Amino acid sequence: MTNLVEIEDLKVHFPIRRGLFVDRVVGHVYAVDGVDLSIRRGETYGLVGESGCGKSTLGRGLLRLTEPTGGRMVFDGTDLATLKGEDLRRMRRRMQMVFQDPLSSLDPRQSVESILVEGIRVHGLDKGVDLGKTLRDLLTSVGLPHGSLRKYPHEFSGGQRQRIGIARALAVRPDLIVADEPVSALDVSVQAQVINLLEDLQGEFGLTYLVIAHDLAVVRHIADRVGVMYLGGIVEEAPAHELYTDPLHPYTRALLSAVPVPDPVVEDRRERILLTGDLPSPAAPPAGCRFHTRCPWKQATRCDTERPRLRAVESGHKVACHYAEQIRSGELRPHSVEPELVPELVLDP
Amino acid sequence: MLRFTVRRMLQAIPTLFILSILIFAWLRSLPGGPATALLGDKATPEKIEALNHVMGLDRPLWEQYLGFLGRMATGDFGNSLISADPVLAEIGRCFPATIELSIVALLIAVGAGIPLGYLAARYRGGVLDNLTVGVSLIGVAVPVFFTGLMLKYVFAIQLGWLPPSGRLDPQIDATHITGFAVLDGLLTGEYDAAWDATLHLILPAVALSSIPMAAIVRITRAAVLDVLNEDYVRTANAKGLDARTVRGRHVLRNAMLPVSTTVGLQIGLLLAGAVLTEKVFNWGGIGSLIAQGIERHDYPRLQALILLAALVYVVMNLLVDISYAIIDPRVRVR
Repeated sequence: MTNLVEIEDLKVHFPIRRGLFVDRVVGHVYAVDGVDLSIRRGETYGLVGESGCGKSTLGRGLLRLTEPTGGRMVFDGTDLATLKGEDLRRMRRRMQMVFQDPLSSLDPRQSVESILVEGIRVHGLDKGVDLGKTLRDLLTSVGLPHGSLRKYPHEFSGGQRQRIGIARALAVRPDLIVADEPVSALDVSVQAQVINLLEDLQGEFGLTYLVIAHDLAVVRHIADRVGVMYLGGIVEEAPAHELYTDPLHPYTRALLSAVPVPDPVVEDRRERILLTGDLPSPAAPPAGCRFHTRCPWKQATRCDTERPRLRAVESGHKVACHYAEQIRSGELRPHSVEPELVPELVLDP
Repeated sequence: MLRFTVRRMLQAIPTLFILSILIFAWLRSLPGGPATALLGDKATPEKIEALNHVMGLDRPLWEQYLGFLGRMATGDFGNSLISADPVLAEIGRCFPATIELSIVALLIAVGAGIPLGYLAARYRGGVLDNLTVGVSLIGVAVPVFFTGLMLKYVFAIQLGWLPPSGRLDPQIDATHITGFAVLDGLLTGEYDAAWDATLHLILPAVALSSIPMAAIVRITRAAVLDVLNEDYVRTANAKGLDARTVRGRHVLRNAMLPVSTTVGLQIGLLLAGAVLTEKVFNWGGIGSLIAQGIERHDYPRLQALILLAALVYVVMNLLVDISYAIIDPRVRVR
């Protein structure tokens, strides 16, 4: 399998402006700070991390919906970072996004038909095809009744709205779909339907997915490979099954240990890692390993001075931790962590 | 849609009815009265009483009101106590002047206000933005009559570019059809009259437009900034629409919702501004009728004028509601 997407050292920094009369830049929020990531054609890459870790910004930066500060995003051989104007606009057809909030991301004044047709028209996909049939096929694919075309987004339920959002993305026949928290705004009962729909569509249309989520269960279900993000960087990347059974990075271990196990015997015995302290501000990320302020395996050397690179521990399993092998073998044991005060830097998002 | 419109129109009737009671009671509760005003210094209590009897003002209030209501139903609003002409005829004579002034002022306010507000939002923080926001603040804060006087002083008196007052040069013999000076000139082919009327219109219309324009600029700017941050604008970009389509179809159209409300409300306020502007520019619209009517306690004239103003306001609100339903599918009543 070849790579459809290759991200190298992607950075998205937001300037913080202050000033009474004249705004000046007093700092940056390092939302995404040096991410390498590749997505193979036809696979589903799951990106997990807690709120504010930069996973949504990574998705938007990849599609240049937010302008990246640096780095390369190669999509099917073309560097997106260098594309301009009309070329970028044409390229957008091939990489679509499904947004978290299905209502606010749809123009309230457009009927479903208009929402779907707009993208088709602007990319010239309506030439020589039966538009009515295309639209009906789209609705069938996402499981909406044909009568939906004349309705407006507010007339649908949450799950149906997300189906409209998916149909909208599909309408221009993309190769890549970035799904940013596609189900987190939905009821649990509806989440599974939408996740299954996404899986079915992948097979039907040969899509490649980047699924961004904070819900580990969602990602586990849908993703082939999973990347874990912490404070603007990827700390671990592995095939989904491996990541969940053999997490190497202390942060991943802590995340997974927070998921309850539906077996009372195991649940009582298993080791739980509770993180102390708050998430450091992305405007003043800690030096060295970003996680060292909260890491129960933090060592006296290297951790607070040298930022670990994402390195392959075994084939396909990458981790950004200096001591991953020792932690895995049990040579290093977790210790208690004094909560470190996060320096007060009030930021308006 | 038709049902919605009809229902809203029927809702306006009780509003106007209640208002008619309020106006009636309010006017008669003012100190003094038409008899005192008419007789002036020579008034003795006996003379006032006699005059009140002649005008029927000594009868119980409810009786007067029922009489007023009954005559109003037949389209008779009574005669002016000042000119003795039927009130409706007076209004018919003066109203076109006010409407002409208001329409032009509104066109200026909307025509300049929306693009300025939009550009200010698009180039937020830029020179144009700061300038428009600053100037519109002044526009809101300065009263119309002051703006009017300053414009008159600078452009009519100091520079002499435009006529200082009136609607038409008295030396021009213009034919009147509709009462709208510019329109009359165009209809009759008297283009010199139309041109002269246009020149006379500029200063008062600009003065009158200052406050609504400032309001429209500010609302448009705020609404556009709001919409620019909406998720669906990001969706539109993600779809691969070109920037102009995104701005026109998604940003501007959605931003017009709050703007249309403001425009509707400003039309109502325009009448109040017109009274003051007309005074400054000696315009001869209903402004002078109202001013004179209040001084002389001309009950019939004031009742008719205030009801008319209320009717305009109610109709404008109705139009705004209808336009809302047209541009926003979420408001549509099924």
